[in-house]
Amino acid sequence: MPSPYERCARCPSPRRDSVALVYDSLLLLHVIAAFAVVATVVIFTAFALGWTADARLLRVGNALWAVGGLGTLALGIWPAIYVDGYEIWDGWIIGAIVVWAVATELGRRAQVGYTEAVTHTERGAATAERQATGMHWLRSLAVLALLVMMTYKPGA
Amino acid sequence: MSAAVRPDSWNFPLLLHVLGAMLLVGALILAASTFLLTWRGGSAPLARLGYRAMLLGALASWILMRVGAEWTASKEGLTDANLSWLDIGSTTADGGLVLIIVATVLAGLEARRGSGAAGSGAALGRASAVLVSLLIVAYLVSVWAMTTKPA
Repeated sequence: MPSPYERCARCPSPRRDSVALVYDSLLLLHVIAAFAVVATVVIFTAFALGWTADARLLRVGNALWAVGGLGTLALGIWPAIYVDGYEIWDGWIIGAIVVWAVATELGRRAQVGYTEAVTHTERGAATAERQATGMHWLRSLAVLALLVMMTYKPGA
Repeated sequence: MSAAVRPDSWNFPLLLHVLGAMLLVGALILAASTFLLTWRGGSAPLARLGYRAMLLGALASWILMRVGAEWTASKEGLTDANLSWLDIGSTTADGGLVLIIVATVLAGLEARRGSGAAGSGAALGRASAVLVSLLIVAYLVSVWAMTTKPA
C-alpha cells in the first residue's frame, strides 16, 4: 500500500500514460477512503469526550467507516500487487492488514457500545459507553499506527 | 510501475502533514454533519458541537497540516518551486483558513444565540453549513492534486 503522497513513475507511451491514469485514480480513491476512516475516528472522539450522544451522528460515523475501511483495504491491496518493489507478502503490508483488521474489530465494538448507550438510559448503558470509549481510543491508536506504517514502510 | 523511495528524513514531516490534513477534513465532516442536522431540526447541543469541532478540531488540525507542509517542502527543496499541484495545495490551504475562521465565528455566534428552526441563530448555522461544505469540496480537490500531482 503506497503512501498517500507518493507519485507513480510515468512513461511517455500512451499505453503507459493510461496505466498511470488508472493507478493515480485508484490511489486517489485509496487516500480518500483513508480520510473517511480518520473522519470516523474524529466523530467517535466527540462521543468519547461526551460532547454528543446523537444517534444520527453515530450513523454518519459508521457509514464513513464502512466506506473508508473497505476502500482502504481493497484499493490498498491492488497497488501492492501492481507496483514494482512492493509485494503483498512484504512485512509492512501484512502488518498493515493485521492492524487494519484489529482496528475494524475495535471499531465494531465501539459502535455496538455507543449504539447501546444512545438508545438506552439504564445503568448498563453507562457501562457500555465506558467500554465503547476504551475501544474507540484503542482504534484511534491502531489507525495512527496504520498511517505511520503507510508513511515509513518499515522494511520496504 | 515502480515504487518511489523517499529519504527517511522526509517521513516525519510528511506524517505530520498527512495526519493534520486527515484530522482537518475529519473535523470539517463532523462540523458539516452537525450544521446540516441543526439546519433540519434545530438543536442547541449539536450547534455547540459544531462550534467545538471548528475551533478545537479544524483550526488546530489546519496548523498541524500547514506546519507539516512547509517542513516537508523545505526538506524536499520545494519552497520556491513553481509546481501546479503545490500551488493548488497551498492556495486551498491558505484560502481555506479564511473560510474556517469565518465559519468558526458564525458557528460560535449561533451557539451563543441558541439554534432554533428559525431566527438569526439558525441563519448563522446555515451559513456555516454552506461554508464548511465548500471547504470539504476544496480540500478534496487538494487531496486530488497532492495525490496525483498533475503537471
